[in-house]
Amino acid sequence: MNFRAVRAIYKFEMSRTFRTLLQSVVSPVVSTSLYFVVFGSAIGSRITQVEGVSYGTFIVPGLVMLSVLTQSITNASFGIYFPKFVGTIYEILSAPVSYVEIVLGYVGAAATKSIIVGLIILATAGLFVPLHIHHPIWMLIFLILTSVTFSLFGFIIGIWADGFEKLQMIPLLIITPLTFLGGSFYSISMLPSGWQTVALFNPVVYLISGFRWSFYEIADVSVAVSIGMTLGFLAICMGIVWWIFKTGYRLKN
Amino acid sequence: MSPIISISGLSKTYATGFMALKTIDLGINRGEIFALLGPNGAGKTTLISIICGIANPSTGHVLVDGHDIQRDYRAARSLIGLVPQELHTDAFESVWGTVSFSRGLFGKPKNPAHIEKVLRDLSLWDKKDSKIVTLSGGMKRRVMIAKALSHEPQILFLDEPTAGVDVELRKGMWDVMRTLQASGVTIILTTHYIEEAEEMADRVGVINKGEIILVEEKAKLMQKLGRKRMKLHLGSPLTEVPTALSTYNLALADDGKELVYTYDTKSERTGITSLLADLRDAGIKFTDLETTQSSLEDIFVSLVRA
Repeated sequence: MNFRAVRAIYKFEMSRTFRTLLQSVVSPVVSTSLYFVVFGSAIGSRITQVEGVSYGTFIVPGLVMLSVLTQSITNASFGIYFPKFVGTIYEILSAPVSYVEIVLGYVGAAATKSIIVGLIILATAGLFVPLHIHHPIWMLIFLILTSVTFSLFGFIIGIWADGFEKLQMIPLLIITPLTFLGGSFYSISMLPSGWQTVALFNPVVYLISGFRWSFYEIADVSVAVSIGMTLGFLAICMGIVWWIFKTGYRLKN
Repeated sequence: MSPIISISGLSKTYATGFMALKTIDLGINRGEIFALLGPNGAGKTTLISIICGIANPSTGHVLVDGHDIQRDYRAARSLIGLVPQELHTDAFESVWGTVSFSRGLFGKPKNPAHIEKVLRDLSLWDKKDSKIVTLSGGMKRRVMIAKALSHEPQILFLDEPTAGVDVELRKGMWDVMRTLQASGVTIILTTHYIEEAEEMADRVGVINKGEIILVEEKAKLMQKLGRKRMKLHLGSPLTEVPTALSTYNLALADDGKELVYTYDTKSERTGITSLLADLRDAGIKFTDLETTQSSLEDIFVSLVRA
């Protein structure tokens, strides 16, 4: 294992994050505050409680997930797409590193950044509503699992994309709608019964449900199913990454 | 002595069906400077990319100091430094940062003294804290060389190292290459400048349309290079070379209107004076005279066009 290489890639990616600190940290804080003003105050004045939790408090896990998902995908996809775009990828490919080490470096850095952003949003939310986390360990496990899984997914997008449009397409057209429809701002039980069934095909529902359970012990689906689905998606992403490096897809041809 | 790089049966066909490399067999000797010449699209960069791990070969094997580039890629790649043709740099990184990154990527422990030496040798020391985006093209190229040398490679690939570099800087690069060779590094360089191959290389290889069409010691090529041709435009055409001039190995060209004499510039007597005297004696008049030197470039062009 070439740990020095993993560290070099990780450090490089993290320093890229710190160079853009304002954009990386301030913008999620601002947008979270906006969500609280719009959703928490405007809608929260009409829906006072969801399953025994005040509406403002109820949306916190969903808001954190919303940011963690988009941040993970954006960071990881950009992290690997940019060297491809400017050509510096040549050095990574010609270095004595295995694909596991490359993925550890890039995905590790992207996941670290989205975990940091997730925790910052949580802290920001704490300024607006009282927070109580029933299962902090599980909360962290869900946060880390989701960050890693979606950073891997972003890494795949970054390798697949051959233009900036494709790079933006998946987060904008698939992830954002899935997150909004995945119960960030409501409980699935609030939907008409037909739509409840449709919602179960949305993988994000399981992530948000499990994450929300770690806060308030309320969930749309059972926690075991949430964890199972997350691990399943993680396994699929790992499989695709393995295939990419085995065949050299979009990297070595 | 076994070659440090041995390439056997290597080919590359892209997904589009384009065959960039046909069967390549080539050995690079330890410690030599090998110049790979070829027109654009001949397959130079593809060949280098495969050896360095940037592209997958379609068939064939490459051994780097005995290590297979695919099965034993870690050992093979850690011996190689690569300076690609294009200036690929992380614009906002500092010179010191990017060179240190390369060393880490190749799994070498930190060694600020070595990086300082590399930067000083390449006259980049006073720019070590500058962002790459602020550097000139020539400096960026030296940064790329510094990155390649950061992990103390045994083999250095230089893909068009002096393209777009001014004369003074090119001479500086040549000095760097000589110093590296003296320290035991094997250098493979591709170049468009025949002059550069003449100046630097121990051996020259010519690649065209994905095939190696010539590999020769530069000294042998230079023997061919040393020959000159003198062409005399005759006043009236000849049907054959007069017997009085048979010792000169003359040839007729352009339907007898031109008389061609080939001679060695390096020999003590070129024979030109006596030829001209004999021509006058034979009553052959000429209206004009030109001499041309066969250069590596001519050899190259004639090989590539064939």
